[in-house]
Amino acid sequence: MAALWKGIISKIDDYRWEIPEDYKPGMRVPGLIYASEAMLKHIWREQVFEQVANVAFLPGIVGHSLAMPDIHWGYGFPIGGVAATRVRNGVVSPGGVGFDINCGVRLLRTNLTEEEVRPRIKQLIGKLFVNIPSGLGYEGKIRLNEKELDEVLIRGSQWAVEKGYGSAEDIIVTEGFGCIEGANPDKVSSKAKRRGIPQLGTLGSGNHFLEIEVVSEIYDHEAAAAMGISGVGQVLVLIHTGSRGFGHEVCSDYVRLMGEAVKRYGINLPDRQLACAPVNSPEGQDYLQAMACAANYAWANRQCITHWTRECFAEVLGKSQWEMGLEQVYDVCHNIAKIEEHTANGRKQTLCVHRKGATRAFPSGHSDVPDIYRNIGQPVLIPGDMGRGSYIAVGTERAMEETFGSTCHGAGRMQSRGAARRGLDGNRIVRELMSQGITVRAGNVASLAEEASPAYKDVNEVVDITDKAGICRKVAKATPIGVIKG
Amino acid sequence: MALGDRVVGKDFEIVDHTADVGIMAYGETIALAFANAARALFSLIVELDSVSEVLYRDIEVTAPDEESLLVEWLNELIYRFDTEHIIFKRFEVTLDKRRLKARSYGEKIDSSRHQLKTGVKAATYYMLRIEQDNGCRVRVIFDI
Repeated sequence: MAALWKGIISKIDDYRWEIPEDYKPGMRVPGLIYASEAMLKHIWREQVFEQVANVAFLPGIVGHSLAMPDIHWGYGFPIGGVAATRVRNGVVSPGGVGFDINCGVRLLRTNLTEEEVRPRIKQLIGKLFVNIPSGLGYEGKIRLNEKELDEVLIRGSQWAVEKGYGSAEDIIVTEGFGCIEGANPDKVSSKAKRRGIPQLGTLGSGNHFLEIEVVSEIYDHEAAAAMGISGVGQVLVLIHTGSRGFGHEVCSDYVRLMGEAVKRYGINLPDRQLACAPVNSPEGQDYLQAMACAANYAWANRQCITHWTRECFAEVLGKSQWEMGLEQVYDVCHNIAKIEEHTANGRKQTLCVHRKGATRAFPSGHSDVPDIYRNIGQPVLIPGDMGRGSYIAVGTERAMEETFGSTCHGAGRMQSRGAARRGLDGNRIVRELMSQGITVRAGNVASLAEEASPAYKDVNEVVDITDKAGICRKVAKATPIGVIKG
Repeated sequence: MALGDRVVGKDFEIVDHTADVGIMAYGETIALAFANAARALFSLIVELDSVSEVLYRDIEVTAPDEESLLVEWLNELIYRFDTEHIIFKRFEVTLDKRRLKARSYGEKIDSSRHQLKTGVKAATYYMLRIEQDNGCRVRVIFDI
């Protein structure tokens, strides 16, 4: 289905490329893509640029329709897309958040070394695989009634901590303290609730995972120290999941609803998946209140999984959580719309920042960055594929000026799932990862091929571009020694 | 861009898309094409040959236009899979303007017998297409 894109882009510098506003009538702002020349050649074969241009149609969009270097072909918005719209007279688009609302990443640190954990890694991964429900068609261990679900939706991480999943310290180092205010369960369909009730505390399938990693490089020792990352060989845990079927249903419900709203408000869009409504309309407000519910559900989800991770470590390694220093570094969401203050067109404005496969990257000194990170900037967590490892970075002033405080969220797919499956088989990947010293447990080995390294861009290249472009700064790199997948 | 002719003998095909996955489904009528689109959806989730017809559900969906009806229909099936854990493999679809009724046959997931493949989050409107001349062809991109 891929076709060569026929538009023109202009080079701003080695890492910035612009799609002019006059590329097609209806664009309200130009597009801006962060990429290297080598990377551009690859994405040229897809409809990514067209999607960046389409997002520029959204009423009230300011600055640029942005694309991070992990950008790839999505539906409606590209994945790796950022768009900020004016709250006063702009729109909010559920497609600009995506189906997996508040899909995100949480990083835990330990004071354990690779030497201490490696001999027990098989046992540890086995334990995590059993205790953290994952995979298709599996339900969680938490039994909620509808009233309790509403509490989860309103309070997010706080609900989980009060139920004994994790600690108040975790919340302090979670984006937005693990809760978007204004969540209103009345704006969520009963279908979404029915999907949400049995799935809280599950990892899910697809690209979601839990990974045990080892610090392999430190680039910024001061920032690393502030995050409790002290040296090469230190063991970390990375958790990647979101709002599960609950979020998917909320998104489907509101894409349908907004499809009607688009006609009512006379909004002209090139793609139905971009369906939107004015932020301040009843439809826009209803969506934001429902989206907040899904975001809070996702934070509670990651909070429960954090708790079970600690239990598994304690049981297998025979030490308490405190002895192991198994504490949270940070938690970011990378599919979200946030109401934020930014300077755009020379003045302060309240904007609705859509991050669809993009991470918030606020600089040092920003009031939304937790006190302990106030001097280094907000931690940014960028998972790569299973083989190549992940990055920890911090937000920058330049991100604030150019990208509404946003940067990349991962490596970005390069190969379709079908192509990845055809080229590789799951069992071979397990063996290859084993030979690299990575223990893998997956609910569905066949689908591992879809997530193997060749299916993704090189995360090293992606993060280098964001670092050189100045929209985040590299702090450390970690490589996996154990992975569980759905 | 036209969807082209139906590949002889095929009810549906899977089409690649970098992040997600697309399907093309064919039928003599729009109702048959919608039924084949549903089969294509479940073929992404599970190896359909391993699934038997032991139960059915009567499903009804309405929407303001045909495109929305297709998306609603597929999303309803994803919802049933997610909440009732039913894999459907055969569909008797009737369409009356913007109302779809379907008796859908399948069985509950049994991970010891069913080879599960990919989770599907939702059907999207992106590149959605329904063509009706000399039979019906539909294209849907799923978020997976």
